[in-house]
Amino acid sequence: MIQDLFSVTVLIGILASGIRLATPYLYAAIGETFSQRSGVLNLGVEGQMLLGAFAAFYVSLRTGNLWLGLLTAMLVGAVMGLAMAYVTVNLQAQQGISGIGFYLFGLGMSDLLFQKLMPTVETIRGFPRIYIPGLSDIPGIGEIFFSQNILVYSAYLLVPVAWFVLNKTTLGLKIRAVGENPDAADSLGVSVARVRYFTIILGGTLSGIAGASLSIALLNVFQQNMTSGAGFIAVALVYFGAWRPIGVLGGALLFSMVNALQLWVQVLNIPIEPEIAVMMPYVLTILVLVATVSRVRAPSALTKPFEREN
Amino acid sequence: MKKSVWFLCILIVLSMVLSACGAQATEAPAPAEKFRVAVVMPSAINDLAFSQSMYDALVRVQTEMGGPDAFEFVYSDGMFVVDDAAAAIRDYATQGYNLVIAHGSQYGSSLQEIAPDFPNTSFAWGTTVDTFGQPNIFAYEAASQEGGYINGVLAATLSQSKVIGVVGPIETGDAKLYVDGFKAGVAATDPSVQVNVNYIGSFSDVALASEAATTHISAGADVLTGTAQMVVGAIGKAEEADALWFGTQSNQTSLAPSIVVASQVYHWEVILNEMIGLIKSGTLGGRSFTANLANGGEVMEYNPDYALPADAKSLADKTVQGIIDGTIKISLP
Amino acid sequence: MAESTLAKKRTSWRIKLEPRLDEPPAWYPAMVSLGAVVVALILGGVMISVAGGDPFLSYAHIARASFGDIGVLSDTIVKATPIILTALACSVAFRMKLWNIGAEGQFIMGAWGASAIVLAPVLPAETSRWLFIPVMALAGIAAGAAWGFVPGYLKAKFNVNEIISSLMLNYIAISWVNYWVFAVWTEGGFQMSPKFPVGASLPRLSEYADSFPVLRGLTTHGGLLFGIAAAIILWFIVYRSRWGYEIRLIGDNPRAANYAGINIARNTILVMALSGALAGLGGMSEVAGVVRRLQTAPIAAGYGFTGIIVAWLAKLNPLVIILVSILFGALILAGREIQPSGIPKMIQGTILVCLIASDFFLRYRVRIVKGVEE
Repeated sequence: MIQDLFSVTVLIGILASGIRLATPYLYAAIGETFSQRSGVLNLGVEGQMLLGAFAAFYVSLRTGNLWLGLLTAMLVGAVMGLAMAYVTVNLQAQQGISGIGFYLFGLGMSDLLFQKLMPTVETIRGFPRIYIPGLSDIPGIGEIFFSQNILVYSAYLLVPVAWFVLNKTTLGLKIRAVGENPDAADSLGVSVARVRYFTIILGGTLSGIAGASLSIALLNVFQQNMTSGAGFIAVALVYFGAWRPIGVLGGALLFSMVNALQLWVQVLNIPIEPEIAVMMPYVLTILVLVATVSRVRAPSALTKPFEREN
Repeated sequence: MKKSVWFLCILIVLSMVLSACGAQATEAPAPAEKFRVAVVMPSAINDLAFSQSMYDALVRVQTEMGGPDAFEFVYSDGMFVVDDAAAAIRDYATQGYNLVIAHGSQYGSSLQEIAPDFPNTSFAWGTTVDTFGQPNIFAYEAASQEGGYINGVLAATLSQSKVIGVVGPIETGDAKLYVDGFKAGVAATDPSVQVNVNYIGSFSDVALASEAATTHISAGADVLTGTAQMVVGAIGKAEEADALWFGTQSNQTSLAPSIVVASQVYHWEVILNEMIGLIKSGTLGGRSFTANLANGGEVMEYNPDYALPADAKSLADKTVQGIIDGTIKISLP
Repeated sequence: MAESTLAKKRTSWRIKLEPRLDEPPAWYPAMVSLGAVVVALILGGVMISVAGGDPFLSYAHIARASFGDIGVLSDTIVKATPIILTALACSVAFRMKLWNIGAEGQFIMGAWGASAIVLAPVLPAETSRWLFIPVMALAGIAAGAAWGFVPGYLKAKFNVNEIISSLMLNYIAISWVNYWVFAVWTEGGFQMSPKFPVGASLPRLSEYADSFPVLRGLTTHGGLLFGIAAAIILWFIVYRSRWGYEIRLIGDNPRAANYAGINIARNTILVMALSGALAGLGGMSEVAGVVRRLQTAPIAAGYGFTGIIVAWLAKLNPLVIILVSILFGALILAGREIQPSGIPKMIQGTILVCLIASDFFLRYRVRIVKGVEE
């Protein structure tokens, strides 16, 4: 019943689930943050994740080497990013729409490869949990924060790294300049095209890792359309987080924990219709957007192709 | 309006180009004695769940009947959009397949409308018992509550913590039958065991299904079960936590050989063979079939690598026998 | 490159890109689009071979399965009908540079609203078709419009990004309909409601087969008329009315529109509601014409996204949308016989990307020039 929600087991369970569920969102949304800060909306994240998930799983299954699998996923994501960059930067295609095209491509291609190359669903041993000595023994906290696998740790490590790169380095300055005022950046000798190529390919690579984190670290299985919309949620989280890595982290955790809460609500037999419970994370996202949006502004050049004035 | 003209041009040229490719690939008409079956399925044929159970059954029928020369089958999988499926069903009927199978309860209303247009083609619809009173529709279903009941009896026997977790997609159809049967089996064996059910609202969200399994484990469950194709992730979580798993639809032992105890497996070929026999003798439909333990359409497959205690196994066998001879009645809510 | 040269060093030949100033000849855009489709098919073929399939066989299947005979053609039109309406929905929003990607959810809500008339029930089952269909259409329009109103209002009042809010509303609509289907209107615990009475369904060609035997088995339904009528009305609104002028002006140059005294916030809400209403009508047409009962959310399954693609390819022109929808209906439909099921999606995606990229060649002229300039 409802008071059971506040027991220690449940709270630890929700936090631990939330931390794990947030991992793929973090990789994908941090990658998307980079490309949006440079002015490019990549709606193809879902497709990049699916192909990354399949590539990582298949290569790991066949070679037995998880790192090789992860590398392949990154490569696949990067190649899709490269294609996206060519289409949006050189050919100046509308970004949202071509992103949907890349999504459909990734969805169809991962399905095609899955059915051609694998006779049935298989499982592998993914990245093992790493118990951080000492810390993982702390009751509660240890289970939540210090006994996850390597891809979970590095996802959280990525947040401060991304913050540092965006805000404290020349590269970050260039990325922000290109996203806010490409004409000015261009006149100062920054290559808009080169910066955007970099961020889109980086975004693709991170989306590839996001897919891999599902298929070879968290779930250790590949199934048709297994990301189930996570890529689109990741794009939403970038808006939610107001284009800042720390905001993205908050959004990803909030979204995941509400999802985890929803699972517990059913397990504890709290009389809420499951379909209504499933809605909660999405309703919450909209509410938070309404509450925070007056204070933030999107990068000015977002979704606008750059064309040098002659 | 210029634009509309050139889009029309594209349409025409594209169709001509494609038809030109198509012309050379058209196959010669099949010899008359070959039995041809087409099947439309909601998910992938290798999903290790509902769709794969039908695919595997068709492969077995093909082997029994003497290979592709005597029995040809084609399939359209991933047909979760109902009107795509309807178009496929109509198309297969037009191409003269002897039997067109609509393997999903959501295809019913489409089939009801298509079947009267093709009086010489036999259709089959599952999982349901409703033939719409039409002479060329067979209905088939699986009594998945029976295997669910057996799994429930075993689960209640094996659970130490007296908490059992169930992961389901959406509270409906085959999944609901299975889960209700499972709960009944648990309750009949040990009413003190608590069964937590979690419908995650999706047939595809592998991540949420496995998190649901983790949630059950944190809530104290040491035995888990689940149905539909997204549970493949949940099985991995069960294995990690060394909780036991009971499968359904297809044999899921290969996913986690150390913890899968038993799977209820659908052997649709029992029903398919009956239908094929009827069609060959001129009856194209109007009957409904149930795959159950008694007719071999459902089989309990045990994992040989899991050391099931002898008394539990004999209890399961006794329960199977009881369901077959009718001494055990499963009461569903 | 954004720089207008892709020069190879040390050669005197180079490719030069220059903006196209004059209107290209009428055949030119068609050839570019055709070229893009051919490139996409070649790329798709390479992908199929990489995965170990036979591209020629797959394409032969597509051809036979979309334009094979009149029955198949009729199915193609059935498939095109919801796409026409979702694409119209997207086109009017896109015209104002409102990126409504929630046509999917608005479509689902339209289906729900129309079904509520039958299942609640608002009208008794024996009501005549002449009353049933208009009321259902209005209910579908209203429910869709409400679902479009929300992101429009949030955008106008709080400047909430409509891409994200409409995306979230898609997921909410799916859960909402699931709730009603399972908890309230279920038929025997299955994922569908009872079948609608005859009065609550749109007529199909096959119903007239007694008088015209050639119509036997053709499933094309009255929703097509909704689609065509909506396209024509929308064309007049966008190109011939003062409101349409405002919408286009806001889309092309919001600053100028603001100076001209056009109320942007009001138009944002109205256009999003109109967009939702069109998608909602699509949902109504789908439940009343095709499914004839309310089912779980896969009733929409991607029409929202396909609508985006089609709207874009038709350059947001309502009349062109009808033609492109039929082309896309055929392409999607063709997927039913192709194994594995991923191929048609993959090809759709490739075609979309190539077509969008090919717009570049409408805006720029590619010339090979000799000599060195700079």
